[in-house]
Amino acid sequence: MAASFSWIRPEPHGIHIVPADCWVDPSRAVDKALVTHGHADHARGGHDQTVATPETLAIMKLRYATSAGATPVAYGETIRLPGGVDATYVPAGHVLGSAQILLEHAGERVVVTGDYKRRADPTCAPFEVTKCDIFITEATFGLPLFTHPPIEEEMAKLLERLAAHPDRCVLVGAYALGKAQRVIAELRRAGHRDPIYLHGAMEKMCRLYEEHGVDLGELRLVADYSKDDMRGAVVVCPPSALNDRWSRRLPDPITAMASGWMRVRQRARQRNVELPLVISDHADWGELTRTIEEVAAQENWITHGREDALLRWCQLHQRRARALALAGYEDEDD
Amino acid sequence: MEEFAALVDALVYTRSRNEKLRLIAEYLRATPDPDRGWALAALSDGLDFPAVKSSTIRNLMQERVDPVLWTLSRDFVGDTAETASLLWPAPADPPSPPSVSETVELLSAMTRKSVVTELPRLLDRLDASGRYALLKLATGGMRIGVSSRLAKTAFAQAFDVSVDEVEEYWHGLQPPYAELFDWAAHGKPPPDTENLPTFRPFMLAHPLEDTVVDLADYAAEWKWDGIRVQLVRAGGETRLYSRSGDDISATFPELLDVLPFNAVLDGELLVRGSVQGGEEGGAASFNALQQRLGRKTVSKKMLTEYPAFVRLYDALIVEGDDLRERAWTARRSRLEALMARLPDSHFDISSVVEARDFEHLAQIREGSRDDAIEGLMLKRKDSPYIAGRRVGYWYKWKRDPLLVDCVLMYAQRGSGKRSSFYSDYTFGCWDGDPDQGADLLPVGKAYSGFTDEELKKLDRHVRQNTVNRFGPVRETDRSLVFEVAFDSVHESRRHKSGLAMRFPRIRRIRWDKPPHEADRIEALRLLIRD
Ligand SMILES: [Zn+2]
Ligand SMILES: [Zn+2]
Repeated sequence: MAASFSWIRPEPHGIHIVPADCWVDPSRAVDKALVTHGHADHARGGHDQTVATPETLAIMKLRYATSAGATPVAYGETIRLPGGVDATYVPAGHVLGSAQILLEHAGERVVVTGDYKRRADPTCAPFEVTKCDIFITEATFGLPLFTHPPIEEEMAKLLERLAAHPDRCVLVGAYALGKAQRVIAELRRAGHRDPIYLHGAMEKMCRLYEEHGVDLGELRLVADYSKDDMRGAVVVCPPSALNDRWSRRLPDPITAMASGWMRVRQRARQRNVELPLVISDHADWGELTRTIEEVAAQENWITHGREDALLRWCQLHQRRARALALAGYEDEDD
Repeated sequence: MEEFAALVDALVYTRSRNEKLRLIAEYLRATPDPDRGWALAALSDGLDFPAVKSSTIRNLMQERVDPVLWTLSRDFVGDTAETASLLWPAPADPPSPPSVSETVELLSAMTRKSVVTELPRLLDRLDASGRYALLKLATGGMRIGVSSRLAKTAFAQAFDVSVDEVEEYWHGLQPPYAELFDWAAHGKPPPDTENLPTFRPFMLAHPLEDTVVDLADYAAEWKWDGIRVQLVRAGGETRLYSRSGDDISATFPELLDVLPFNAVLDGELLVRGSVQGGEEGGAASFNALQQRLGRKTVSKKMLTEYPAFVRLYDALIVEGDDLRERAWTARRSRLEALMARLPDSHFDISSVVEARDFEHLAQIREGSRDDAIEGLMLKRKDSPYIAGRRVGYWYKWKRDPLLVDCVLMYAQRGSGKRSSFYSDYTFGCWDGDPDQGADLLPVGKAYSGFTDEELKKLDRHVRQNTVNRFGPVRETDRSLVFEVAFDSVHESRRHKSGLAMRFPRIRRIRWDKPPHEADRIEALRLLIRD
């Protein structure tokens, strides 16, 4: 039966929907791209036609400064592609606007997750389980050692450290799209009302989130304030700025990083992180395997991450699976 | 165990030496006896539980996790204890962590057989952090960037006592060091070391640099190219200690029944040889001594081919008489008088070098051709014997080439034949006083100067003491000292230290030297000649 899915084909630079001649998250410029979400390894500039959620299109416009040939598709909406393929965008719970794409053709259902998580996130719509025949999943944290702790615990760690050092600041390295806004929103949810200071590179994306109805409280730019203003405050910057000269303008920062990789001590040490915050926008091992069970597909295709271990799990649980060798995907700083 | 686990985690994530000292000191003050004593032992010399090995952990995990998933995870994390702590199945019951002492008690009671059921029971009582701390504690080396010296310094800082005193008492005591805490934390009298063959910290010398001393105030002695040792006899037992206070008695059994009275003597351990005869009765080169170092057992052949003896420098205590407060001249005449009572098969005295004046002394130094001579020592005649390095008392005046003691920081695989070995070494010097929180800054790189045998040992050292990996480069825990020889040193912007060496090579691996005694950047800077 699997042989009949000849209309969908994994190619080195993306997933090809043959009858429609469309690509999902292609890693090079194509005529028509269906994009799951705004992270750089999924959403590239230069396509003639881009089909994505309005939020993802807004993010791409911000990043690539072009909006030619954009087709917005709301969550739950289905569009008809050439060749009789229907595409439906389903929330993936990863970042603002992130979607799984359900593709239907000749009675066969394929779901491409892009990146996803199952935890609640105040900055985006929650993941929806979609039954399908072929499940094309990510595997960024596809090792059994990855169990993301409840985010409340990580926020408590951060706030506790902040309170213990009123003369210093806590500098949180967080991916500029998604992670940064989630950390800020979760801080607000935990009752932190003080202004939060931003690295300049974070500002536009935070404003975009706010325009889409995500309340981030009072945000200030580091550049506009003095060292003394920032004592006892949380400062958010991209991970690359953590050990950069830039941080010298901060009051004796405690270096924190919000990422699923922080579960492993060595990873934290490599970045000179003093306060590792295990916060990820990807599914952990338990969620990856639970989701495979819930969507109950005949076949699971594993795109990027630690595919070996997830393949092994599928084998142990008598589920058909294969790893796709897709080019251009990276471990997000996540 | 929760507090200990939190401490271990905090230490893992802390780079600053000062902050590490603060964290350990705070823990030691806040934690009750005997928990803190066991924790101190774990952080310093390590605890040994013969039933628990890294392989024990692997076997336990293979019963609980698919072997393929285990291997993939272990490879990703790079550390067996950490992988196991993360992969251990979450127990049904909430954690009920044991105290550190209960943990130590349980671990000590385990046998090869019972460990299979008892260790899992213990793991089930802890969360992931606790499991990590437990497994690190149980398998010995914590390898979290804390040296034994740092732990002792933190102890001294916690209770406001001198670290030299701590060192002095340390070697006579066993974990959990009840007497040490009684003294430092509870104001009781210090541990009685008089009737124990314990180590007394060495008095050390500053490099002479450009100082010129008046020979009316200073005596000159040869500086011998062996290893500095302390021979101690008390309570009917003799022990031999290396510079860092390690007990090396087992390596030199021939020295254990030749000291006929109670004493603490300071000298240079040398091996007899005829090659580099010299006037002092034939000490062989350092290479000959190397044959004897680091062995746990010694063959008869070794004993006859490379017989060891001690060339004495100083007497600290003789038959209950503590001479350390007395002047060098007084100690020296006491030592000279003692020589008649010591068998010359195993002892001689390092002779005083007579010179008309400083210039004459410089000529003598230049003229010395004995390979067993490393240079000269200049000792102020009225100097007491004080632990550590005090300005103005003792100077060392080494012979060329330029030599500095550096600490190994990074290692990289070699090329060609050496591609499977970590054979390229980056080493550093301290940018200030390491006991005051100074850091190491890289000063050079070398990949020569050692034998193939030594390369194997170095490679093993690097692999076993890695704290960080950056691609092909490994960062080590900075526990090993190299004596580096080089032709010249000049200013350079390539290194953070601002210095670069010309033709650096490893002259000697100082397995015996504690890293905090390596040289400082300022000492190296003084060697710049334009
Ligand atoms: Zn993503
Ligand atoms: Zn991704």
